[in-house]
Amino acid sequence: MAESWTAAPANPAERAGYVAPPPRMGFFTDTSLCIGCKACEVACKEWNLIPGSGLDLLGMSYDNTGALTANSWRHVAFVEQSRTAGWQAVPPLAGAPTGAAASPTTAEAGGAASPEQGTLPGVAPAPDPAPAARMAGGGTSLGMPGADLPGRGDRGGRGDLRWLMMSDVCKHCTDAACLDVCPTGALFRTEFGTVVVQEDICNGCGYCIPACPYGVIDQRRGDGRAWKCTLCYDRLRAGRIPACAQACPTDSIQYGELDELRERARVRVERLHAEGVTEARLYGHDPGDGVGGDGAFFLLLDEPEVYGLPPDPVVTTRDLPRMWRRAGIAALAVAAATVAAFVGGSR
Amino acid sequence: MGIRTWIEGWPVYRQLTGTDPLGRGAAARSPRSARLTPRTDTADAVFRSICPYCAVGCGQRVYVSEGRVTQIEGDPDSPISRGRLCPKGAASKSLVTSPLRQQRVLYRRPYATEWEELDLATAMDMIADRVIAARDATWEDVDDQGRPLHRTLGIAALGGATLDNEENYLIKKLFTAMGAIQIENQARI
Amino acid sequence: MAEAHPVGFQWVMEAKQRGAKVIHIDPRFTRTSALATTYVPIRAGTDVAFLGGIVRYILENELDFREYVLAYTNAATIVSDDFRDTEDLDGLFSGYDPTTGTYDRTSWQYRGHEEESGGHQTVTERNSAAGLRHESHGAPISGRVMRDETLQHPNCVYQILRRHYARYTPEMVERICGVPRERFEEVARAWTENSRRDRTTMLVYSVGWTQHTVGVQYIRTGAIIQLLLGNIGRPGGGILALRGHASIQGSTDIPTLFNLLPGYLPMPHHAQHATFRDWYTSIQNPGQKGFWANARAFAVNLLKAYWGAAARPENDFCYDYLPRMTGDHGTYQTVFNMIDGKVKGYFLFGQNPAVGSAHGRAQRLGMANLDWLVVRDFFLTESATFWKHSREVETGEIVPERCRTEVFFLPAATHVEKEGSFTQTQRLLQWREKAVDAPGDARSELWFTYHLGRIIRDRLMGSTRPRDRALLELVWDYPTHGPHAEPSAEAVLREINGYDIATRRPLASFTEMKDDGSTLGGCWIYTGVFADGVNQAARRKPGREQSWVAPEWGWAWPANRRLLYNRASADPQGRPWSDRKRYIWWDEESGQWVGEDVPDFEKTKPPGYRAPHDATGVAAIDGIDPFIMQGDGKGWLYAPAGAVDGPLPTHYEPAESPIRNPLYGQQANPVRKLYPRPDNPTNPGPPESHAEVFPYIVTVSRLTEHHTAGGMSRTVRYLAELQPEMFVEVSPELAVERGLTHLGWAHVVTSRSVIEARVVVTDRVAPLRLEGRVVHQIWLPYHFGYEGLVRGEPANDLFGVTLDPNVLIQESKVGTCDVRPGRRPTGPALADLVADYRRRAGLDGHGPPVATADAARPGDDPDPEE
Repeated sequence: MAESWTAAPANPAERAGYVAPPPRMGFFTDTSLCIGCKACEVACKEWNLIPGSGLDLLGMSYDNTGALTANSWRHVAFVEQSRTAGWQAVPPLAGAPTGAAASPTTAEAGGAASPEQGTLPGVAPAPDPAPAARMAGGGTSLGMPGADLPGRGDRGGRGDLRWLMMSDVCKHCTDAACLDVCPTGALFRTEFGTVVVQEDICNGCGYCIPACPYGVIDQRRGDGRAWKCTLCYDRLRAGRIPACAQACPTDSIQYGELDELRERARVRVERLHAEGVTEARLYGHDPGDGVGGDGAFFLLLDEPEVYGLPPDPVVTTRDLPRMWRRAGIAALAVAAATVAAFVGGSR
Repeated sequence: MGIRTWIEGWPVYRQLTGTDPLGRGAAARSPRSARLTPRTDTADAVFRSICPYCAVGCGQRVYVSEGRVTQIEGDPDSPISRGRLCPKGAASKSLVTSPLRQQRVLYRRPYATEWEELDLATAMDMIADRVIAARDATWEDVDDQGRPLHRTLGIAALGGATLDNEENYLIKKLFTAMGAIQIENQARI
Repeated sequence: MAEAHPVGFQWVMEAKQRGAKVIHIDPRFTRTSALATTYVPIRAGTDVAFLGGIVRYILENELDFREYVLAYTNAATIVSDDFRDTEDLDGLFSGYDPTTGTYDRTSWQYRGHEEESGGHQTVTERNSAAGLRHESHGAPISGRVMRDETLQHPNCVYQILRRHYARYTPEMVERICGVPRERFEEVARAWTENSRRDRTTMLVYSVGWTQHTVGVQYIRTGAIIQLLLGNIGRPGGGILALRGHASIQGSTDIPTLFNLLPGYLPMPHHAQHATFRDWYTSIQNPGQKGFWANARAFAVNLLKAYWGAAARPENDFCYDYLPRMTGDHGTYQTVFNMIDGKVKGYFLFGQNPAVGSAHGRAQRLGMANLDWLVVRDFFLTESATFWKHSREVETGEIVPERCRTEVFFLPAATHVEKEGSFTQTQRLLQWREKAVDAPGDARSELWFTYHLGRIIRDRLMGSTRPRDRALLELVWDYPTHGPHAEPSAEAVLREINGYDIATRRPLASFTEMKDDGSTLGGCWIYTGVFADGVNQAARRKPGREQSWVAPEWGWAWPANRRLLYNRASADPQGRPWSDRKRYIWWDEESGQWVGEDVPDFEKTKPPGYRAPHDATGVAAIDGIDPFIMQGDGKGWLYAPAGAVDGPLPTHYEPAESPIRNPLYGQQANPVRKLYPRPDNPTNPGPPESHAEVFPYIVTVSRLTEHHTAGGMSRTVRYLAELQPEMFVEVSPELAVERGLTHLGWAHVVTSRSVIEARVVVTDRVAPLRLEGRVVHQIWLPYHFGYEGLVRGEPANDLFGVTLDPNVLIQESKVGTCDVRPGRRPTGPALADLVADYRRRAGLDGHGPPVATADAARPGDDPDPEE
């Protein structure tokens, strides 16, 4: 039962029964301003009192959060790329040497190899040639979101390097599948048009998790309930800025009225294009996309896949309305029976 | 709670009778959600502070309820930081409320393999005794030409650069009067 | 800057959006590089060569801001005929004494002033880190000098500068720094095109710059460029030091440093400052221009603040109570003294040298040889548990049952549990309110120090020993409050500010300080912070409700000036250089300097003022002398005094380098401070043999997610999980060369230590091509240690102790190393591995030669003092 079931007003809050709701609020995350500091991740956790995540070195550049999870409602992705783009007019490492050249003095030096402790100084190749061969072969995945091993890929020489950073977050879809499938009413649409899990209602059924086209919502281990960004619903109710946007040092995370943010983003893209950053593009801003547009949308500097975002997300409950119409009467009957059962069985 | 109120509060009832027939918005809002207010709005007091990490000097607002820090966030009034914080500054509440913080004096005896607890006043007395003894044992009055030295090289200190100006002032004043000269700081490092 | 000062970087991002070009020069590609317009990789430790190349580019193309340079710098000043440059002496300046490894600087002086320089005292100056005094004022120099306004005289500073940097060509920059010449020229063009009358460029450095044997000269080179281009004292210009700790600026202003007293007054030296008069005249330097002429008043006010009524004119205000320096009493010398059993007790106030200082092993062995150690911190740091968890316990070098050091751990109060002021990186004091009580036994340093002093004074009460008088007569009567008798921080700040003793009226400015004992003040540069009896540091007028300079937020020293030397923002006639860059200017009508900020100049001294020939002190400052704390009122392109290692920055290789200095026979800074001891070896490098044992360059720095030695970040869950493990960044090329795998283990070896880390293979670390060979650099964060939620081995263990001679700060941002795949050996085998490296490197106890230029014979003992 996607929300496009009825002739939908533009503001999902109105569709969700709010009379004269406040303007729809959202995030515009401009990755061209992101410095990857992760203040958003920490500010979010501090405000929302989120339990800690794992203490694992993931090797995904400087990303040790890995993904949006029940315990990380903001996630900064780091992408190291061997490519030049308008963002950096001059390839940062042009002229630097490349390839597997060993320094001659290094190669001359050293003594015998000792397998237990690796090599002694300067002995090449490595005692275990397999890793080196893998590296030289290139293309081994380090995991998302990067594709190639750093330093590999098709290129004429060293000289091209781009480090993309992007703070990901729940998209607060216009057509939110998580909300559609939630059987308990734990997920609800707020008056600000955002999508929030109510921790006092959620029973941990987990239906919402596969429903999310972005893989955002997640169950917390040991708790069972589903958790994700609330766009700081409590702060919004008091007219305050969400914690991540308040902290963001460089205004990469901008919070405001969605219509205004979309306009701001359009101007920003135009400006970047004019500056030669032709790869700048918006993601999730279009009300005509598969999720009816996102309440949290992005300015990206590459294809969405590069950042680990689905290129063409579709609300997973898109086909439900048709099915619903067929089963509608039966469902209502079941609902009525449920009411009767509850009332009858209560105190 | 009367049965009528209870039923009216029930989402399905609200859903069927209100403006939210699909039950995903106003009708689904739980009592908790309806009451939500940010804890910064209900704090007993808010204090003006400065981030203790790097030297940019970002403004912080420290929210306190019932004698406990409940939130630290950027001070939008600061012309330096305009309300923003980095991850370290944003983690300040966790720093000051950390369960790992050592709250009792610990003492390691010579040759001991474990800590033991010690009363703060006793520790202060013991330290004062040791300062006086070390000073006496290593005092230098004059150099070989009779010029004043008035010092001890038996006592040293190294301070972090998160100390307040007032604290540095008292440390320097006391140790100088004591004749201790090897008083150093992160600023040398 | 994005990496270590993210919130400050918002202003860079804003400038960039308004069209500013951002150039980032760093050995490794950081988060700052990612957002810069241009990133330039550079070999660690070669910044003087790079910046010297810019100086040459400016001078050869005559791109300097000539009107500014002529009026405001010492470009026209004529230097002694006896001066010889490094170009003449193979990398040494005239006056080098190989037996002491220091310079007699007589020949560096301005012509006609050779004998007033005090230039013979270099050894003492080096040992007392005398360069630090110049943070608030220039070195002593006479005000009246010979000048050639045409800049043609062969011994004028301008011409000396030209000759000195003539060989710092783009080709030479490429050879030394590994920066392709096109990239270098792009930077040179951008810098010069964006400077002068209508534009300014800012130079920003982080304090890794200070952790080199030529650290002071790095900054001097930056200053030369900024002066030549007219970027000092002007909005959008200047040199911004991004300091790394909340009040590290305050920690030198009100120093806990062995060689300084508050306000950059020198700690007295037993021989140079035997009497009160010797002491203050050495600061005043009679005959020079500027505000240091009032040094006697500053000194008297400090002594009155310390000893109150006991400090009287007839006893020289208790000057003899001050302890005397006899040499180097810096933290590294002290640690070696600990190892040698000369130190009994050690206080650590929120500092963790076991991880944060260079040569961690020496730090820990030193602590293991004390009678007692007091650690005050939030958490049990590595320095508190060295006897239990350290590497040396693993190797058997420290056996708890045989380690006698008594350790007291006293929990400390955090920044929200006490009130007080921090001084941030732009000299701005900001007051913090106390929000909550500290838990348990946790107390502020103010509490600890005050009560320790109180108890000691109680113990000594009635003593008649002369040595105890300084303690017993000390003014130590601060009001206390609360259940724990917390001393009042505001009362301390009031004393720091100073007041009139009779009326207790707070002084509004240091110009009100008297030298007769009628006023007192603990730190003259902070006078004014309590003006009108108001804590000015607590001012919080919102930024959006005041001008962009925001003068009513906090308080900046001196005198709430936000931009130092801002007289230079106007031309010699007092007019703004351009409308776009107006800041402070002379208003003829009102007869005063006006503008956005507090003028850093006498408010009513007109630009046309010329001092009478016999004037000294403040009266000797001409209307066109913006640099009012310099002895000649000018910005120094050439430093005839102040720096002990040369009047001009010169490229020397780091103390450990795999490269022979391509410019001079002199390999490394010939005045660097060495501690040649068997436990402090230096990795060999050219011209010595065995350099190949440590073929790679290692550099360390910070990550956004952690703070310094990790005591305030590895202990915090939300930060620990963001960077949970120690790692080493290597280039793909080095990974292939050494068989390192991404996320596998590697260990890094130097002649001091070996540490292990997970491997991160990344293009962000690039090998460099130097003189036809490839040189690899590796990078490590230095945040890790053995305690906390996330642990790893301390990178600072890799470095030895060799210091910058001006300020005695260690070279811990560059060294050489070897990298090996896999984990390090454990236990005694670990020590064997390092010993084997030392053996193969030929380190049998001898130190490296200090002077390698043909012009000097190596000296055996680099430091004969004491």
